[in-house]
Amino acid sequence: MHLAYPAVLAALLFCVGLYGVLARRNAILVLMSVELMLNAVNLNLVAFDVWLRDSLHAGQALTLFTIAIAAAEIGIGLAIVLMVYRNRGTSDVDRLRDTAEGPDDDTDDADDTDEAAAAAKKAEATA
Amino acid sequence: MTLAATAPQGFLSPTGVEIVFLLVGVVTLGAALITVTSKQLVHAALWLVVTLGGVAVEYLLLTAEFIAWMQVLIYVGSVVVLLLFGLMLTKAPIGPSPDADSGNRWAALAVAGGAAAALVWVVVDAFRTQWIDLDTAQGSTGDVGAILFRHWVLPFEALSVLLLAALVGAIVLSRKNGTTNEESRQGSQAREASEGRREEGKS
Repeated sequence: MHLAYPAVLAALLFCVGLYGVLARRNAILVLMSVELMLNAVNLNLVAFDVWLRDSLHAGQALTLFTIAIAAAEIGIGLAIVLMVYRNRGTSDVDRLRDTAEGPDDDTDDADDTDEAAAAAKKAEATA
Repeated sequence: MTLAATAPQGFLSPTGVEIVFLLVGVVTLGAALITVTSKQLVHAALWLVVTLGGVAVEYLLLTAEFIAWMQVLIYVGSVVVLLLFGLMLTKAPIGPSPDADSGNRWAALAVAGGAAAALVWVVVDAFRTQWIDLDTAQGSTGDVGAILFRHWVLPFEALSVLLLAALVGAIVLSRKNGTTNEESRQGSQAREASEGRREEGKS
């Protein structure tokens, strides 16, 4: 097989994931796009391992490690997203602007109302 | 080093494996595009299954059999299920959600398009004359297992410690904090009391 096929497919998959990370708003969709990028890297690792006929199979071993680390990453990432959702009532990355500097000061008010809404919701849920 | 056998192959006479790789690659890429552009969040997660399954088939075509089944088990089996759980726990809307894409979509499209053009150009230019010899399988389960437990044991064990740390971290993060729970309960009780008082006043 020509080496360009898997390499080009991996490059395109990576760029699709890059677009998703930059353009999506929901934090969970951003995590899905990160998975796409990791898969592109895995495909590259496997293709080059098979091409080089590495006697240690470094590429395939590294792919297994990447898959395991991606699973750990998705677990931690979802726990963080769920915690943010519980505290703020949203998982929209555009609205988590506490550490942002900028001219738009009205976002603070929006965040306050969000927090109030989330607090009210939590109170309802526990009541 | 291994690639002296470049004689009879060419772009214009693709082998059967190349054609199958190309077709599965088109399906994979299309599913990935739907994943990052779909307005329906649950549909995006389900198209991600198609993408990951397509990548698993590509691994099989590259004779990396063990990696392919690991991909199916871990990604399709657990990661997508975790993502669906996350979508449902954050009360994702079932229908189309118009604000799934952020306002900087065009900037993202420009960055991704530029990166794709540069990467594809460089990769095609660099590996134009290289071929993979797929005649002997490279990633059978026995080979990978022997290599993994003979030469990669230390990273493997370190990885198990990392997975344990991630497990503990996820539990700690997602556990409800006792003190804040207590405070919110007290707050809700106070609110109930005041509402009760208001209702008494009304009646």
